[in-house]
Amino acid sequence: MNERELDWATWMRAAEAGDTRAYRRLLDELSVFLRRVVRRRGGFGVDDAEVEDVVQEALLAIHLKRGTWDPAQPVGPWVATIARNKLTDALRRRGRRIAVPIEDVEEMLAAPQEEDGLSAHETDRLLSVLKGRQHDVVRSISLEGADIRATATKLGMTEGAVRVALHRGLSALSVAYRSFRE
Amino acid sequence: MRTSDLIAAMAADAGTPPARLGRTFALALALAVVGAALVFAVKLGPRPDVVDALGTVRFPFKFAVTGAFAAAAALLALRLARPGASPRGGALAFLAAVALLGAGVLAELSATPGATWAPRLVGHNWLVCLINVPVLSAIPLAALLIALRRGAPASPRLAGAVAGVLAGAIGATFYAAHCPDDSPLFVAVWYTLAVAIVATAGAVAGSRLLRW
Repeated sequence: MNERELDWATWMRAAEAGDTRAYRRLLDELSVFLRRVVRRRGGFGVDDAEVEDVVQEALLAIHLKRGTWDPAQPVGPWVATIARNKLTDALRRRGRRIAVPIEDVEEMLAAPQEEDGLSAHETDRLLSVLKGRQHDVVRSISLEGADIRATATKLGMTEGAVRVALHRGLSALSVAYRSFRE
Repeated sequence: MRTSDLIAAMAADAGTPPARLGRTFALALALAVVGAALVFAVKLGPRPDVVDALGTVRFPFKFAVTGAFAAAAALLALRLARPGASPRGGALAFLAAVALLGAGVLAELSATPGATWAPRLVGHNWLVCLINVPVLSAIPLAALLIALRRGAPASPRLAGAVAGVLAGAIGATFYAAHCPDDSPLFVAVWYTLAVAIVATAGAVAGSRLLRW
């Protein structure tokens, strides 16, 4: 296990104990790692928004399936396997759209490596699939950047209800990704 | 949506910790055994000469075989459901269980005259075996599949099939206490076929239920 993975494992355990900041740091680092993996394995002809779709889908899977991580196991191979499985699905789904013009290769080499402002297509569409409270809560906490308490106040819900709606909303997003595939 | 926005939502959700797959799986395994035991107690019960049978070689050997398959399938199912875990140990355990059954068959073939092989293989109760093993395995299969929904198998169909082998082996373990046929030849053919039925059901169900 290298140093980075030791960090990841530490943050993962901290997150399990309820440390939101550690978890956020972990997800930030994982998204950079995933983006690199998806760009490399996805080949050329996959544009940035599509890369970001796969990154977000993989992040959601990592989040929802984090109970499958065994603390005795290194985090790297666990993350990489989830990413590979999601990437395989995503490429199959987009199979026909992938072409490899040489201009794209050159463009990608020159592409700026901005890591934060990247936006995905599908999640916007998927967010609109969510209904009622789940939609309001996920939207408030993601796009509007509110925390649980502020969201609860704004929507006139208890914090517990916000947590439940958030968790169900994220699960529903993941299911929506999957059903887009079929 | 920007990825950082999605991360914000997931970080806010960190307060809802997930159930650990290993723990959920262990709980499901316990439920599976209890469920099969209940159905066994209500529907079948042990055969009348069970105490005497324990003193023989062939009767306990059935439990060694079904137990070995159950242990191997449990190990393999858990590994398959865990991204990045190597399924090698589980696969080796599975081969060991197959080898144990094979050794039993060879021992039976060398210890008994050829003329008795056919009646030993056909036994008294093969249809009862083919029906009851899947019946005893139904609750175990349901419990195990529900638990494995927390997993993330690369192949939902394969994970479902292995869960089916595990459920089938649990069902077969209980059925073995009821079944009057003890020859390894009978076990190799009919138990295997019965477990294969459950494994097929597991594969079909798994390919739908275990996607993630």
